[in-house]
Amino acid sequence: MKASTQDILPAPKRSALARFRDSDLYASFRRSKLAMGAFAVTLLFFLLAVAAPWISPQNPYDPAQLELMNSSLPPLWYADGVSPFALGTDDQGRDVLSAVFYGLRLSLVVGLLGVVVSGFLGILLGLVAGYFGGVIDTLIMRVADVQLTFPAILIALVVDGVAKAALGSQMDANAAIGLIVLSIGLSFWVQYARTVRSSVLVEKNKDYVQAGRLIGLSSPVIMVRHVLPNVLGPVFVIATINLALAIITEATLSFLGTGLPDSMPSLGTLIRTGNRFLFSGEWWIVAFPGLALAGLVLAINLLGDWLRDALNPRLQ
Amino acid sequence: MLNSTLKAFVSATALAGFLGLAVTGPAQAANVFRFAFQGDIKSLDPYSLKESFTIGMHGAVFDSLTTRDKDLNIVPMLAESWETPEPTRWRFHLRKGVKFHDGSDFTADDVIFSANRVRAPGSNFTTNVPADATWVKVDDHTVDMVLKTPNPIALYQFSTWYIMSKSWAEKNGAVAPTLPSATSTSYAALHENGTGPFIISEHQPGVRTVFKKNPNYWGKVESNLDEAIFTTIQNDATRVAALISGEVDWIDPVPLQDAQRVNSSGTATVMAGPELRTIFLGMDQSRDELKDSNVKGKNPFKDVRVREAFYRAIDEETIAKRVMRGQAVPSALLIAPVLYPRASEFKRPDYDPKRAKALLAEAGYPDGFSLGMDCPNDRYVNDEAICQAVVSMLARVGVKVNLNAQPKAKYFAKVLAPAYDTSFYLVGWTPSSQDSHNILFEIAGCRNGSKPGRGNWNLGNYCNPKVDALADSVEAETDQTKRNAEIKEGFETIQTDWGFIPLHQQALAWGVSKKVTLTQRPDNMLMLYWVSKQP
Repeated sequence: MKASTQDILPAPKRSALARFRDSDLYASFRRSKLAMGAFAVTLLFFLLAVAAPWISPQNPYDPAQLELMNSSLPPLWYADGVSPFALGTDDQGRDVLSAVFYGLRLSLVVGLLGVVVSGFLGILLGLVAGYFGGVIDTLIMRVADVQLTFPAILIALVVDGVAKAALGSQMDANAAIGLIVLSIGLSFWVQYARTVRSSVLVEKNKDYVQAGRLIGLSSPVIMVRHVLPNVLGPVFVIATINLALAIITEATLSFLGTGLPDSMPSLGTLIRTGNRFLFSGEWWIVAFPGLALAGLVLAINLLGDWLRDALNPRLQ
Repeated sequence: MLNSTLKAFVSATALAGFLGLAVTGPAQAANVFRFAFQGDIKSLDPYSLKESFTIGMHGAVFDSLTTRDKDLNIVPMLAESWETPEPTRWRFHLRKGVKFHDGSDFTADDVIFSANRVRAPGSNFTTNVPADATWVKVDDHTVDMVLKTPNPIALYQFSTWYIMSKSWAEKNGAVAPTLPSATSTSYAALHENGTGPFIISEHQPGVRTVFKKNPNYWGKVESNLDEAIFTTIQNDATRVAALISGEVDWIDPVPLQDAQRVNSSGTATVMAGPELRTIFLGMDQSRDELKDSNVKGKNPFKDVRVREAFYRAIDEETIAKRVMRGQAVPSALLIAPVLYPRASEFKRPDYDPKRAKALLAEAGYPDGFSLGMDCPNDRYVNDEAICQAVVSMLARVGVKVNLNAQPKAKYFAKVLAPAYDTSFYLVGWTPSSQDSHNILFEIAGCRNGSKPGRGNWNLGNYCNPKVDALADSVEAETDQTKRNAEIKEGFETIQTDWGFIPLHQQALAWGVSKKVTLTQRPDNMLMLYWVSKQP
C-alpha cells in the first residue's frame, strides 16, 4: 500500500541530515544521555588529535625540539613545574601534554586504518563465503575458526615479529605504522567475516537476489550492489567496538616494545617509558597517557554498545 | 574478546604465582642468595663475550692462574707462585690437588690448552694472553710461558682468563671458542667444567642460573652461601620492587631515580662507588659508504671535521646531570682517571653546537645527513636514554639519527666481529688489564690483523698506525715514566684524530639487601665467593 503511494507521489526531497534527524537512530541517541556523553568525549579526542600540530606547545616527534635540561619536570601545579609544560615532561624533556595529543593522533590513525583493513578483508571474505558456499565457504570459515582460537594480540605479535625479521628491525616511522595496521587488520577480520557470512546466508535466498540472477547480473555486482547494503548494519556495530580494540592492541604492542619506534611515542610507548618511573615519584609520565587511552577507549566502547542496542530490532 | 583477555590474564596470574612458588619453595634449609641483573649471563663459555657481569659470573665457577684481590692487586690462584728466570720466560708453579667439577685433575696440559683456546679464532679474549707467547710444559705442575720480547704487563689480564679442562673440551666438542654472534649454542656455552668454588647446577639462558657450592673446592672460601640463584629482571621498576620486597638480595643496577627509595626501604641499601667503565661513542671510519646513511658513495666519518662536529654537538655535561642524575663523571679519555696517573692532563673539548654546525657545513653537509645508531638497552646504566639524548642533540645540528636500541644479546651479535655491522654505536669499556695499553690496543688499535686481538673491540675501526706503534712500545716498556709519556702521546693522537667520543664513567649502583655482606670492586664484577648472607 505504502509502496504504491510512493509510486504516484514522489516523496519530497529532503536533505540527508533531515532524514537522519527523523530516524529511529537519532531519536534513540537523543534519549540516551550516556551515548551523548560518550559521543562528546570521542568527538573531543578526535578534535584534539586532528588539531595536535597547532595546539601542542612542542612537536614531541622532532628530536631537535627536545631539551634535555627540561627532562623529568613535574606538572605545572607543582612548585618546580615550568611553563609551557602543563603536564610535565618525560626523561628526555618531551612535553607530556604534546605527547598525549600526538599519541591520540597516532592511536586514532592506527585504529581507524586497522578497522578499515580488517573490515575490508572480513567483509570481502564473508561475502564470498556466504554467497558461494561449498568448498570456498568451508575453506574460509575453517581458517577463521582456527584464527579464533588464538588471542588477537598474539596474532598481531606474530605478524609484527615476522615482518620485522624479514625487513630488518630498523624501519622508518611510516613503515612501522603500516606494519602495525596490517597486523591489526589481520587479527580482527574474523568477526566481520562471520557476521557478514551469516547475514548473506539469510539474504541470498530472498527474491531480489533471485531476480538479479534471472536478469543476468554477475555475482560480484549482486554481492556488492545488492547484498552488501543489506548486511552492513551489524558491521557498523562491530567496527565501532573494534576501533576501541584496535587502539588497545596498538597500545599493547607499543607497551611491549614491538610497536612504533621510541622516537615516535604513541600512548602505549609513553606508558611503557613512564612505567619505569612510576614508583620513583614521577607519576605524570604514565598517568596522563594512561588516562587519555582509558578515556578514549571507554567512550568509543560506550558508543558501540549504544549503537548495538539501537540497531537491534529485538530491542525496539 | 573480553572473555579471552580475561582468561589470558587469569592464567598469566596463575602462572606467575606458580613460578614464584617454584623459586621460593625448595630452598628453606640452605643459605640461598638470590640476585638479579638487568641482562642475562650471555654464555657459559668463558672466552665468548668480554662483558663484566658475565665474566664475574664465570669467576664463580672457573679459576684463573692469577687473580685480583679486593683492591685489584694481582695475587696467586691456580698458580701458587711464579718467577722470571729470564726476562722473556715466565715460570708458573701450579697448585696441586686441584680438581675440575667433573672430578678430573688440573694439570699443566689444561693451562696450555686454555692458552691456545683463548687465542683461537672466535675468542673474544685473545688479548688476555700475549699473542707471541709459546707455552711449554715442564712437568705436570710446572709450565713456562716463553715470550719473544719482554712484557711487563703479561700477567695483567690473567685474572679474567679462566682455565678450562682439556679432556672435557675434547670429549664434548668444545675445543673451539663460541662466537658471541653464534646462532646455535655450543656445548661450552650451556655447560661449565671449571675448578671454581661454585658449580652451575642449572642454566636456562634468559631465565635462571643456579650456582651450588663446590664441596671439593681446593681453597678456603669467604662466602657462606650454599646456593645462589640468578635471574634476569630487565624492567627497572620490577627489579627494584623485587629487592625491596626481599624476593632478591642483590640487584644491578639500581635505576638512578630509585636510589632514594631503596635506601629508605629499610630492607636494602644502595652500594655506590666509582666505576672503572668508560661509556663512549664510536664511529665507523673504515667502510667506504655507511651501511644505513643517506650519504651515498662516501663515508662522512672519514672526514675528521664530521667527527669533531659530532663530538662538539653532544652536551655530555647535561647528559651526566640529567640522564645520569649526577651519577656520572664526564671523561676526556677512554680510560678511568684512577687507572692512568696523567689523566688529569686531558680536558674534554667544549660542547659547541655552533662550531659543530659550521664544521658540518665545511665538510659539505650544511643540511646534515642521516645515519643509523646502535645502542644496547639493558647493558649500561640508562644506556638507551643516553642514546636518545644523543639523537636529539645531533638533531639540533641537522644530523638525523635512526636509533636502533636492542637488548645486549642482539646488539653485540650485530656490532661485534665478524660483521661489525654498525655506523655509530655506544659501548662501555673497562680494560681487563686495568691498564692503558689495553685501550690503545683493543679499543683504538687498527683492525688490520697485524697482531691477534688488535682492534677486537674497535667496532668502527678507527685506525692510526702511530697509535699501533705506541701501543707496541708501551707493551714492552718497563720504565714507568717513559711508559706514561708514551701512553699520553697515544691518547693525544686519538683525541686530535677525534677518533672516539668518550662520554663518562658511570657510578656503580648495586642494590644490596641488609642481610648480605659483600665486596664491590670498581670493575663492577660481582664475585660470589665474597658474598655472605645471614641465614
